[in-house]
Amino acid sequence: MGTIEEAVRGFLWQFISDQEVEGDHDLFGSGMVNSLFAMQLVLFVEKQYGITVANEDLDYENFKSVNAIVAFIQSKQ
Amino acid sequence: MASGKGKDHKIKCLVWDLDNTLWRGTLLEDQEVTPHPDARALIRTLDDRGILQSIASKNDHALAEKKLRQLGLFDYFLYPQINWSAKSESIQNIATLINIGIDTLAFIDDQAFEREEVAFSHPKVLTIDATEIAQVANLAVMQPHFITEDSRRRREMYQSDLRRKDVEDRFEGPKDAFLETLNMVLTIQRAKQDDLKRAEELTQRTNQLNTTAYTYDYDELSAFSQSPDYLLLVAGLEDKYGTYGKIGLVLVEKREKTWLIKLFLMSCRVMSRGVGTVMINYLRNMARADGVALEAEFVQNDRNRMMYMTYKFNHFREKEKRENWILLENDLSREQAYPQYMRMITE
Repeated sequence: MGTIEEAVRGFLWQFISDQEVEGDHDLFGSGMVNSLFAMQLVLFVEKQYGITVANEDLDYENFKSVNAIVAFIQSKQ
Repeated sequence: MASGKGKDHKIKCLVWDLDNTLWRGTLLEDQEVTPHPDARALIRTLDDRGILQSIASKNDHALAEKKLRQLGLFDYFLYPQINWSAKSESIQNIATLINIGIDTLAFIDDQAFEREEVAFSHPKVLTIDATEIAQVANLAVMQPHFITEDSRRRREMYQSDLRRKDVEDRFEGPKDAFLETLNMVLTIQRAKQDDLKRAEELTQRTNQLNTTAYTYDYDELSAFSQSPDYLLLVAGLEDKYGTYGKIGLVLVEKREKTWLIKLFLMSCRVMSRGVGTVMINYLRNMARADGVALEAEFVQNDRNRMMYMTYKFNHFREKEKRENWILLENDLSREQAYPQYMRMITE
């Protein structure tokens, strides 16, 4: 099994064409993704890592970029 | 005569038999079949009312399709079931494929055996003897409560959805590349008188993509649309495959220093199109231009988590919470770009 970052990027590629997206690039702010993506991203994180994402975790800051998602997953493990 | 239990339900789809019902004669035996004199008019009348139509016929599919095309009728039918299976099975398939309750189907056939076979498996389906064809349009269950522009185009919208899904399923590559190919145009406008019936229907029918599930009737919506204290917006979407119709609704209460989003909903048909983000962004820009804060109510239920996420990922934060009721406030300092794959038309 690869790193968390590889898994997150693998998931992202189903949705965005830019495979070189910077780790800190704001996915939502740049209008790259939509709420179905957000929903599936949260489900991916929950299922892949056995994490329950509560309402208070559903924060922009936790999901806005590749780095943020990786950090969030690590903080929950 | 027409029979079936649960007859008070409005019919959403009429399923036709072909031989000796839609047309006179038996396709596989007779040289020539001609449409029943009342069939064509009935098909058009129901189509105009937004009642969908399909076919359950024991026939050769290719031959029947060819005949229906010759008659200029093929396009009126969704998911025609022309095969040698039991008609009860065909009826079930149609309900499943269109995704409507089986009790909203009616079935017209000249043969008592077929009507009984369907009625036995599906007692809630309204079965109609083909000899009653001239009266079908007058049945109370065939009269929708109201007809909107969207209901008149319902069949067309289903058909463009089918073409879209087909292309989407076969599309290889990331979602954003697919969305780029659609040439979507989103129109956001203040609700006009013509939109209010559809707006009422949206508040009543939309469960999943609905922030509060507050329902409003026509008169209330009409009052909001004329009040200086409210903003009632309707969104429509189209793309190169056709129109999705009116798919979104927002009700904003304009207080002195704060705009409060009372209701924000979208049709499930546009779930993966990015419409929610664009609409919230539009409201954020309007609030910014007016120098007011932007807040939103949310009433949590077991189906609308996605709308909570839509708010949270578009810069809303929880401000107050009482059981299932949540008040969110927006951080307007964060700028957000509109996605490139959608063109917007606003007032």
